[in-house]
Amino acid sequence: MSAGLSEAAFDTAGRVGPGRRAGLFAGGGATLAAGLIFLALALLPPVATLIDDPFLVVTATRIMIFAIAALSLDLVLGYGAMVSFGHAAFLGIGAYAVAILAANGIDDLFLQAVAAILAAALFAFVTGAISLRTKGVYFIMITLAFGQMAYFFMVSLSAYGGDDGITLDARSTLFGLPVLAGDLGLFYLVLAVLVVAFAGLRALTLSRFGRVLRGTRENPVRMQAIGFAPFRYQLTAYVIAGALAGVAGVLLANQAEFVSPAYMSWQRSGELIVMVVLGGMGTLAGAIGGAIAFMLLEDWLALASEHWKLGLGLLLVLLVLFSRGGIAGAIGRLAGRSEA
Amino acid sequence: MFNLFLLQALNGAQFGILLFLVAAGLTLIFGIMDLINLAHGVLYMVGAYFAATFTGLTGDFLLGLALALPACLLFGIVLEVLVFRRLYERDHLDQVLATFGLILMLNEAVKIVWGAAPMSVPIPDLLSGSIPLIGPLQYPFYRVVIIAAGLLSAFGLWVLVNHTRIGMLLRAGAVNAPMVSALGVDIRRLFMLVFGFGAMLAGFAGAMVAPILSVEPGMGDSVLILTFVVIVIGGVGSVRGAFVAAILVGLVDTLGRTFGPIVLRSLMDPSAASQTGRTLAPMLIYILMAAVLFFRPSGLFPAKGAAA
Repeated sequence: MSAGLSEAAFDTAGRVGPGRRAGLFAGGGATLAAGLIFLALALLPPVATLIDDPFLVVTATRIMIFAIAALSLDLVLGYGAMVSFGHAAFLGIGAYAVAILAANGIDDLFLQAVAAILAAALFAFVTGAISLRTKGVYFIMITLAFGQMAYFFMVSLSAYGGDDGITLDARSTLFGLPVLAGDLGLFYLVLAVLVVAFAGLRALTLSRFGRVLRGTRENPVRMQAIGFAPFRYQLTAYVIAGALAGVAGVLLANQAEFVSPAYMSWQRSGELIVMVVLGGMGTLAGAIGGAIAFMLLEDWLALASEHWKLGLGLLLVLLVLFSRGGIAGAIGRLAGRSEA
Repeated sequence: MFNLFLLQALNGAQFGILLFLVAAGLTLIFGIMDLINLAHGVLYMVGAYFAATFTGLTGDFLLGLALALPACLLFGIVLEVLVFRRLYERDHLDQVLATFGLILMLNEAVKIVWGAAPMSVPIPDLLSGSIPLIGPLQYPFYRVVIIAAGLLSAFGLWVLVNHTRIGMLLRAGAVNAPMVSALGVDIRRLFMLVFGFGAMLAGFAGAMVAPILSVEPGMGDSVLILTFVVIVIGGVGSVRGAFVAAILVGLVDTLGRTFGPIVLRSLMDPSAASQTGRTLAPMLIYILMAAVLFFRPSGLFPAKGAAA
């Protein structure tokens, strides 16, 4: 194969062409949209009390946790153009950090979060350093394989429940105080983490680091030519994303009060990708919107039929096949925006 | 100890051969069409279900197998025409999303058609029983049949790829598909053929394991990921690489699970050894993959730039 052709086909990990960043929340006003979402979420608990539907708060907490995970994946997938198919592993590592520490008598949320961040970042650093040596379909397959490796590790870890998972005795405490014991406390903690993650990632993507990462997404060869080493920036983004997903895992373990290897199954990784693409890649507000839309769609389909996965799968296939520019393009057009 | 080693090595080889059957089609699809197909494991599952159904209908496994193979070929071609044909020109992300959707859909469809409960297929009388190895050691005849059938398929594939005109086009396509197309070869028809043939091979693997594993929805998912490991180690697009890597993965996985705890027992106390061994054994092949990638980022036998 000629050098030019192979470059064109393989220059970005996973080959994500430009013009993919259209979606629910693409374009201007994205930060405003995110702000409105946060405001609506902050007002949700009183509304839930008013309409006497406490389960609304629980559902919203769960959705926000996946929004945090989707945000972290967006940094890798949307800004770094790395199609990582093993992102759920970080979620699981964070969740298991809670379960394993709690089983050994450490209930403090702060310590658990630190452990989760360190473990997830280390796993991201090692697997990322190996995965990023490759491009294209290799990268997708390798991240998937590493995700499965983590999954099988937890499945065979019989001391902590193995395949069956492990139930937590109680939610984590913060400096000895049971602030998360009630659903409301957890809800506002998750919301706070979501807002901080959004603000932090927004600052990061607008910084010099973020511009280099986006430059690498558009044209790694050119970035190299002007003196940047894409590998270092991509790996840094991968590690940051892994650590943030680990935090989401800590929250997920607390929300469900249960941890199992199913959190890190490859289907979960696939769902996270769908969330990011659904909302519009490379827009942080989009990742949040995509997570909300996906989780609601899933709930709605699950209510409609026990065979809801058939509908979800069919919807995915049809959206990809019959819309120019894939799912993001379809939604972009539905929303009346011309594709970038 | 040697007897156990021999038995487990045979089991590993048998497992590796099955992985090869699934990986062979997939690596060609990756290599020639630059298409990432997550739904290839589904074809393995469908093959097992076809075999189970046709065996039930005809009452004979060999007849059921003979019917399942063309059914898999047809199923693969239908999928190619309906879905995959439209994905070749898309970016990898679209391919990932569409084939991910396809897995969700087909796993659920299988559940609707055949039910969620596992099905079992009896080993045919003709192929049941054991054969003597050395001394008192016996090995199930059916597993020998699987190894033989797999080796025969591998040989057939080798002849097809290296000594026929179609094989020449395949190898050329793996190196530079646009050039092959420019030289006047109907690359679309070639793609369809490769896809159908790959589906049939995966279906064949599924049909062959139907008598020794339970046939259930989602059975292709774990195989798919092992197949990815095989392809990454062997090098995308290389049938020879897929063969070597599949046997390697089969042996490492099977022997690791048996002998990992035994080896560790000489280093630490027995209970810790068996716990550590059981935890580490499933990770061995991924560590192997990481090691191969570290030294050879494009696999052992990269097809791009060199003949498969």
